[in-house]
Amino acid sequence: MEIIKTEDLRLYYGDFLALKGINISINDKEITALIGPSGCGKSTFLKILNRMNDLVDSVKITGDVYYNGKNIYDKKVDVCQLRREVGMVFQKPNPFEMSIYDNVAYGPRTCGIKNRLKLDEIVEQSLKKAALFDEVKDSLRKSAMALSGGQQQRLCIARALAIQPKVLLMDEPTSALDPISTSKIEELTLQLKKDYTIIIVTHNMQQALRISDKTAFFLLGDLIEYSDTERMFTKPQDKRTEDYITGRFG
Amino acid sequence: MRSKLDEQLNILNKTMIEMGALCEQSLKRINDNLSNGSEEIYQKVLACQQMIEQKQAQIQSICLKLLLQQQPVATDLRVISAALKMIYDLNRIGIQATDIAEILRFLGKNNYNNLEILEKIANETNSMVKKSIDSYVKLDIIKAKEVVQYDDVVDNMFNQIKADLIKQVSADSINGEYLADVLMIAKYYEKISDHAVNIANWVIFSIVGE
Repeated sequence: MEIIKTEDLRLYYGDFLALKGINISINDKEITALIGPSGCGKSTFLKILNRMNDLVDSVKITGDVYYNGKNIYDKKVDVCQLRREVGMVFQKPNPFEMSIYDNVAYGPRTCGIKNRLKLDEIVEQSLKKAALFDEVKDSLRKSAMALSGGQQQRLCIARALAIQPKVLLMDEPTSALDPISTSKIEELTLQLKKDYTIIIVTHNMQQALRISDKTAFFLLGDLIEYSDTERMFTKPQDKRTEDYITGRFG
Repeated sequence: MRSKLDEQLNILNKTMIEMGALCEQSLKRINDNLSNGSEEIYQKVLACQQMIEQKQAQIQSICLKLLLQQQPVATDLRVISAALKMIYDLNRIGIQATDIAEILRFLGKNNYNNLEILEKIANETNSMVKKSIDSYVKLDIIKAKEVVQYDDVVDNMFNQIKADLIKQVSADSINGEYLADVLMIAKYYEKISDHAVNIANWVIFSIVGE
């Protein structure tokens, strides 16, 4: 079932057209990988989905972006509510300089949850979903900054999950991690697919192959090809896709 | 990294062509000696088969290294996986040619000389193998499809040979041992043509992905 759809989506940075009319339909509870060379527009596209680009002055967006059938750029849309439902995990782990517990409880608290038992439950459940609880259950009050890079990234995922999003946007979430941490995040992503829709930007073709159901290839602001991942990597339809994934350019 | 991958793919291609040429060589040797097989011919075909097996091991090793080091996708992945499948068929062609050479050692000593019955199937099979290897070398999908379409022709030839032999048995004009040998040779040719069809199908897969 479709959860996100864009129609003729264009984004300008000043006069520069960074996305050139993107039409895409993303299914619920699937993992969609966005691939393409640096500067192709994939991260820009990702940020549009929870209106992160609103914060950039020179940005102008035309076309439509639908989340659950509603246009998220409609004036009536509550951006905070949208971001609660469409969470984001960034390339570099960015825990807040506070305890592990407070990092995860931060979102629910800003949503008005004050009850200690309720918060305890959310923190535990979120850390469990992020496959981190067993490693930190005895040190929840310790600073998040003391965790390893891989643990910090899983903490950021737990923090995103704590406000019960429906969609998780991940912008190269493993590019700063070692292979073991990368593997843990990939396994976690596959587990999360049961409950969440995940859209992940990655430069790692093998990662896209391992975890995603569908892959979208972006090039110079265009969506060149969008298909089942297995098909994309065994029999791409467009020569530009073939050339990119086989390392002939990019 | 792409240039290293291209270099390894070129080596794979060259070794595949060499393996294909060895198979053609074995087939030519038995086809030229249908009526005068000998221990010497058999030993030459056997030696050729040993080289075919060496090539197979070499290609397997190249493919595994490519898969491990380059993690290929798209056409690269199809070419490598097709090569891994094709070497099985090429090796089977070599083995069956050796089996034929083994039978031919004794067939030539038989008093019966109506081996023309086998010449046609031998030539057609040879042509299919040659064409399938050619289609790989030239990435020629038309030629590969021709081989696939030709499968029934050799199958029918085998059935024809079988019927002829049965007729000769009924007329009591053929030695039983000779009949069994000729039938086995014909069957080996028919199996070789099946392997040529497999090769052609893998060529088609590596080009179009289907």
